[in-house]
Amino acid sequence: MGVVERTWEWLTTTAHWSGTDGVWHRLGEHLFLTVVCLLISCAIALPVAVLLGHVGKGGALAVNISNVGRAVPTFAVLVLLLLSPLGSHGSWPTVIALVLFAIPPLLTNAYVGMREVDRDMVEAARGMGMTGTQIIARVELPLAFPLILTGVRSAAVQVVATTTLAALPGGGGLGRIITAGFRLTDTAQVVAGALLVAVLALLVEGAFVLLQRLLDPMRGHPATVRA
Amino acid sequence: MADDNCLISNDWVCGEYVRTRGQELTDATLQHIGITLASVAIGLLVAFPLALLARRWRAVAGPVLGMTTILYTIPSLAMFSLLVPVFGLSAAVVVTGLVLYSLTILVRNILTGLASVPQEAREAARGMGYGPLRLLFAVELPLAVPALMAGLRIATVSTVSLTTVGAIIGYGGLGNLIYEGMRSYFKAQVLTASVLCVVLAVTADLALLLVQRLLTPWARPKRRPKAAPKVRKTEKAVA
Repeated sequence: MGVVERTWEWLTTTAHWSGTDGVWHRLGEHLFLTVVCLLISCAIALPVAVLLGHVGKGGALAVNISNVGRAVPTFAVLVLLLLSPLGSHGSWPTVIALVLFAIPPLLTNAYVGMREVDRDMVEAARGMGMTGTQIIARVELPLAFPLILTGVRSAAVQVVATTTLAALPGGGGLGRIITAGFRLTDTAQVVAGALLVAVLALLVEGAFVLLQRLLDPMRGHPATVRA
Repeated sequence: MADDNCLISNDWVCGEYVRTRGQELTDATLQHIGITLASVAIGLLVAFPLALLARRWRAVAGPVLGMTTILYTIPSLAMFSLLVPVFGLSAAVVVTGLVLYSLTILVRNILTGLASVPQEAREAARGMGYGPLRLLFAVELPLAVPALMAGLRIATVSTVSLTTVGAIIGYGGLGNLIYEGMRSYFKAQVLTASVLCVVLAVTADLALLLVQRLLTPWARPKRRPKAAPKVRKTEKAVA
C-alpha cells in the first residue's frame, strides 16, 4: 500500500480524531495558541508601530527588527526558552516565542503603512484643523489599513507555523501529530499531520485575504496611496 | 577547574564544551553551510528561468507567483514532513523544502529588478544592435542586481535559520545539536549552536552585502532607499 493510501486511511480512522492525542483536540490547542498569541502581539506591536509611524521616528528600528526576526531561528528560541527557568511553567515558553516572532511582521508592516500615507493628505488634514489623534484615526489609519492587515496576516501565518514547531520541545498543537509520527516511524501519520498543518496555514492565509477585501475602508475608492 | 565544572553544573556558557566538542561543532556547522549553499544555489537556478518565463508571458506570472506564495505559507515542519515520502530520510528533503521557500523571495525580487530597468537603457542597447540574450546579460541583469541581491540576502538569511528545522530528520546542521541538546537538557550545547547559527546568518548577510557593493559601484549612494521598502513584501515565516 502506498503512502497516499495509508495517509488517507490514517485520516479517515475516527480513532485518530478523538481523545487528547486526537486531531480535534490538537487543532483546538493550535487555534487557541494562535489566537491568544496573535492578540497579545497585536496589542504590543500595533500601538507602537502606529505611534512611531505617526511621528515618523524609529524607522531603522522597524526595519531592523524584521531582519533580526529572520536571522534568529525560531526552533533555537523555542528550545532556549524551554531550557530557561521559564521552561517549567507549562506553555509559557511557547507563548513567549510565538509573540516574539509575530511582532516583527506586525511592526514593520504597520510602520511602513503609516509612513506611506501621502504627506500632502496629512498636511491637508492638519490645515483643516485636525488634532494629532484625529489625523491618526481619520486619515492615517484608514489609509494604512491594507498594510496593517497584511502585517496581521503575515503574523498569523507565522504564529501557525511557529506553533507547529513548538511540538518539537513538547508543546501542544497539530505539530504533535507529526512529531509522534516520527517517533513511531509512521510515515502515514507524519504526512497526515503535515497535511492538516498545511491546510490550516492556507485556510488562515485565505481567511485573512478575504477579511482584507471585506474590511478595507478604501474599498470602492480608486487607489491613490499605493503609488 | 571551573571549566571542568561547567559541563557538570550544566551552565549556559561553557568553554570546556567548545573545547571538547570542537569536531562535533565543526561538522554541524559545515553541514549547515552545505545545506544552505545547496538550497540557495538551486533556488537561484530555478527562480531565474521562472522569473524570465513570468516576465515573458503574463499568463505564467499569475500561477508562478500564486504557487510560490502558497508554498511559502506551508510551515517548515509540515513541508519537510510532506517531502519525506518522496526522498526518504535524506538531506534532499531539507534542501528541496528550502529551495521551495527561497523561490517566493527570489522570483519576486528578480521580477522587481528586471522591471526596474529603465526603458531608455533597453532602447539604447537595442539601438546598438544588442540581441535579446546580450541585452539580458549585459544590460538588464547588471541593472537588476540591487533588487536581486536584496532578495538573495533575505532568502539566504531565512534559509540559514530554517535549516535548523531539518533536525527533525537528522539533517539540520546546527539544528541537530539544538535538538540533541533539547532532549538531554544540555544548555551549553543549545546556546552555542544557536549563537553559531545567528553568527552564520549575519556573516552570510554581510558577505552578500559586500558582493552587492562590488557588483554595483554606481548604486552606492542610493542603495538605502531602494532596500528599505523591500522588507514588507517578503516578510514572514521564519518558523
